[in-house]
Amino acid sequence: MVEITDLYKKFGKNDVLNGINLSIKEGGIFAVLGPNGSGKTTIIKTILGMVIPDKGSIKVFDANIKNNSDYRHKIDYLPQIANFPSNLKVNELIKMIKDLRGKTDADQNLIETFKLEPFLNKKLGTLSGGTKQKVNIVLTFMFNSPIIILDEPTTGLDPISLIRLKELIQKEKAKGKTILITSHIMSFVEEVADNIVFILEGKIYFKGSIEELKAKTEQQDFEHAIANILTENHA
Amino acid sequence: MLKILKYSFFDLMRSSWSYVYFGFYLLLGIVLLFLNNDLSKAVITLMNVIIVLVPLIGTIFGVMYYYNSKEFTELLLAQPLKRSSIFLGQYLGVAISLSMSLILGLGLPFIAYGLLMSNAIWDFSLLLIVGIFLTFIFSALAFNIALSNENKIKGFGYAILLWLFLAIIYDGLFLMSLILFEDYPLDKVSLIGTMLNPIDLSRTLILLKLDISALLGYTGAVFKQFFGTSFGLIVSFLALTLWVGLPVLRIIYKSKKKDF
Repeated sequence: MVEITDLYKKFGKNDVLNGINLSIKEGGIFAVLGPNGSGKTTIIKTILGMVIPDKGSIKVFDANIKNNSDYRHKIDYLPQIANFPSNLKVNELIKMIKDLRGKTDADQNLIETFKLEPFLNKKLGTLSGGTKQKVNIVLTFMFNSPIIILDEPTTGLDPISLIRLKELIQKEKAKGKTILITSHIMSFVEEVADNIVFILEGKIYFKGSIEELKAKTEQQDFEHAIANILTENHA
Repeated sequence: MLKILKYSFFDLMRSSWSYVYFGFYLLLGIVLLFLNNDLSKAVITLMNVIIVLVPLIGTIFGVMYYYNSKEFTELLLAQPLKRSSIFLGQYLGVAISLSMSLILGLGLPFIAYGLLMSNAIWDFSLLLIVGIFLTFIFSALAFNIALSNENKIKGFGYAILLWLFLAIIYDGLFLMSLILFEDYPLDKVSLIGTMLNPIDLSRTLILLKLDISALLGYTGAVFKQFFGTSFGLIVSFLALTLWVGLPVLRIIYKSKKKDF
């Protein structure tokens, strides 16, 4: 479904990705984990074509993504920091994205789920961080694409919205979609992820299920297993 | 691309800056007509303003719009849209909305004064065409600068420097070199030198069209011989088109390689 081969990327003198090989099969939830600056967001952005890799290739549904933009019809992306044009109103933004990507009716449902009705006529610049993130979630989930990429989806969400988001993710998974998540909240990852990929200094350090990770690090609990990897490699 | 163009255009049309720019030209047109009381003279005065001001506004506006719409751009990049259509759409949105302000702001007072029934209509049209060319050229250059500089302050600095160079410094250097080499025949050199700067080219085009080239002396005669003919006119417009085309090509090229 998503095939990453031998991916290298440098930002200035900073080697961010050092030969990533990753194959993501259809269906299920994959969590991409790693310490700050390990290259999680860069991997996601290369899949989306926002960052151009120095070397290596990425295939989405067996099609090379280089100089291609149509494949993004099959990907819904939730960016890490919700940066929206601040002089647009919420409903104008939703209308615009629909105009650019195609028709959908799912937005009404999502707006109700996240209680966004009172904000529809407000400008995006005046919204709080959490509300912006909800708008971000609506924009991401309103299209029925087979791949969903979520970069830190829990940022700024209140507990009720967090529960709704988890329900939403499970619902999409049940439809047989492939969901890629990055997060620093380990309890969230443990709850939702089927498989994890651990990245360290631009290389894949571990790939497998949470159980396998616990066995490998000889730790009982997931958070400690992750901490174990980090201390062993940085000590 | 047309969708992006539409959104950028309406976004700019809603911003107060477009109205300020439009209002400025409206006021300028009215004041010039009122003071000169003559269409042809007003056109000459107008030329001096347009030649300097249009490039400045185009540069500043282009850079400002690019940096201000960074969020919008990032949102669009994750959508199934080609990079070239995102950036060309935004560029055309800026250039077209600026041109609209120019055409309407100057056109309305001149038409109200009776432009359509006077001889000055051709001079005035040429002035507007040159103004539109300058808008497209300088907003394209501004987009180039902004694409190459992540740092806003640097981007603004380079943009202002570019304008300063082409509008003022270039003329100074040009004149000094003419004085330095005055013992040599300089007709061709000065012709080429004029072609290489869109502001100088625009100024020369309008001056010669206005038939005040006699003021320019011997050089004026050489220029008249070249620019006055249809061949010269075609070459000049070709040069202006090239000044639009090359920066636009670089926008496409640069945007394909950039990381966001």
